Amino acid sequence: MDIQTDFLKEQFNELQARQPASLLHSIRQQGFSEFTKLGLPTLRNEDWKYTGISSLFNRPYSLPDGLCEVDKSLIEKAAIKGMDKANQLVFINGRFNREASNIVSPEDELEVCSLEEASTGKYHNLVEEHFDKSSMFIKDGIHALNTSLMDGSVFIIVKKNADLKQPIYLNHIFNATENHLLASPRSLIIIEEGARVQIAESYFTEGAMDSFSNEVIELVAKENSYVEVYKIQNDGVNANHAGTTHIRQVGTCYVHSVVISMNGGMIRNNTDIIMETAANEAHMYGLYFLNGHTHVDNHTLVDNTKPNCFSNELYKGIIDDFATGVFSGKIYVRPDAQKINAYQSNKNILLSDGGTINTKPQLEIYADDVKCSHGCTVGRLDEEALYYLRARGIDKSLAQAMLLKAFAEEIVMQIKIEPLKDYVQQLIAKRLGIEE
Amino acid sequence: MLSIKNIHASIEEKQILKGLNLDIKPGEVHAIMGPNGSGKSTLASVLAGREDYEVSEGSIDFLGKNMLELSPEERAKEGLFLAFQYPVEIPGVSTTNFIKAALNEKRKYHGLEPLDAVSFLKLLKEKASLVEIDKSLLSRSLNEGFSGGEKKRNEIFQMAVLEPRLAILDETDSGLDIDALRIVAKGVNQLRTPDRSIIVITHYQRLLNYLKPDFVHVLMNGKIVKSGGRELALELESKGYDFIKEELKETVIA
Repeated sequence: MDIQTDFLKEQFNELQARQPASLLHSIRQQGFSEFTKLGLPTLRNEDWKYTGISSLFNRPYSLPDGLCEVDKSLIEKAAIKGMDKANQLVFINGRFNREASNIVSPEDELEVCSLEEASTGKYHNLVEEHFDKSSMFIKDGIHALNTSLMDGSVFIIVKKNADLKQPIYLNHIFNATENHLLASPRSLIIIEEGARVQIAESYFTEGAMDSFSNEVIELVAKENSYVEVYKIQNDGVNANHAGTTHIRQVGTCYVHSVVISMNGGMIRNNTDIIMETAANEAHMYGLYFLNGHTHVDNHTLVDNTKPNCFSNELYKGIIDDFATGVFSGKIYVRPDAQKINAYQSNKNILLSDGGTINTKPQLEIYADDVKCSHGCTVGRLDEEALYYLRARGIDKSLAQAMLLKAFAEEIVMQIKIEPLKDYVQQLIAKRLGIEE
Repeated sequence: MLSIKNIHASIEEKQILKGLNLDIKPGEVHAIMGPNGSGKSTLASVLAGREDYEVSEGSIDFLGKNMLELSPEERAKEGLFLAFQYPVEIPGVSTTNFIKAALNEKRKYHGLEPLDAVSFLKLLKEKASLVEIDKSLLSRSLNEGFSGGEKKRNEIFQMAVLEPRLAILDETDSGLDIDALRIVAKGVNQLRTPDRSIIVITHYQRLLNYLKPDFVHVLMNGKIVKSGGRELALELESKGYDFIKEELKETVIA
């Protein structure tokens, strides 16, 4: 298998030539030297042991150039129904498209602009202070590649004490009608003190060629803020994805994260929560319900650096056909982080002989007064429950569907944006062949 | 209604039922008693169609059909109901949705339209009062966190909704205090009709005080060894099973 990366260097050089001598220029430069040093991760890299991401580079990609064409009907087609009232941020081929976007919240609550604009204007200091801090935690070529190729990145700031009535919805659209596409969406989101916000993302690939979205979101949540983050993946099997949602709790605040993966090609999701101050709280949920040859790898990190933090994590998987589910959950408890409560659970149901599940909890605890627990299960459907339903006259196939729906529902009910929840419930019902 | 002939059944190659015969006519209530390990629950499982059990010999005719050829769900739809000794907890499936699915599957099987929402809720309300089951339980996950008594009442509630031709109560009295027992028994008695038969599997005669069976059978070592009227249950209660063992020995000697 031939790995092709020359075109990446060309693209990088072109971007650098276009934006000389700026903050983003130097960060991109650092990213590229990291990428050159680390290369693409292989299966020998412990964090990529089960996900052969480098195999996605055995084909030539075209990269987004100039202003990408926007087709209004395509944006509507890509958007999840019922999310039309949201603050919709449209990304075409990984680049934020302001004209196609629709910000409905008032400017004293929410501001959205290009990262370039933010870094040269009044938000320069915020960008300098917070941008690309994730690269200190994630040392791998895929993350560095995003930094190398970032272009059309977005800066989002939710203002102090703002209580956003409408969610922020990132609608990612990839055009792979003619060529394989590599896109590198990048966002910096600042949630100021006391602000409350819901953020959701979805992905849509148009066309039958391959798309590969290599995404990084950095989110900074300040004192007393409340943040919900949702990632909904139901793209085509030709859509591959590596994404990092890197959340820093820089003040005592509350984070609620849900990652739903229903369909796609090869998918890697990193969800990192860095608790930089004491008494932080985070809840992380995930559901991967896969069939065909879809491969979904969820890596999570909860880094407790200060005392009295609480985290609870529940990821559930249903694997059918030849699909693969990977879960790796890291919990760090640093020496200063006493009185930590950190819980983690990963439960899987394997429906087929051809499916694969890899699950790996990793706890590294350097403090002595902590409560941590983790558990993982891989099993078939509960035979006792199945028999009970059948003994009441419910056909085996419907009984199985009811039990799987119930299994998934525990995660789905954590989605607190109604249209998103409805959408996911419909996807699940359709997958199970039951009426909603 | 039900005709069991010479049934031999085993689980994991262990022979449990060794030539069991039983005939039940419409409207009859039969009690099956017997010591631990005699095969009472195996009989319930074999009738309900649990796939872990293998029937190697014999036949079961249920309403003119060869029951052994039917899946558990087909038997249920034909009118069989098993009240479980240990009702299963199913998180995420509400009792209401579960019973609705079961009822509509059965209606579909018999060529009937699914019940509309209004009629269904009316039916639920009516049947819930029969076993004095709290309506809030019905919207909760099936049996999850229910007390022992609530689980058993939920079984009888399901029986009331599904209106079976033949109900098997597998140690429905176990784990019930005297008040819960009375409520369950009252519910069952109200469900007695001339064309509905009931098999009561129990260790104790206290449930039989309320249910007043037409026949009592003693199951031992995989066979029915003695049958009689209600007085047999009282005799067992006072003498234990030993007197039957003695009787059996005498028969063999004679």
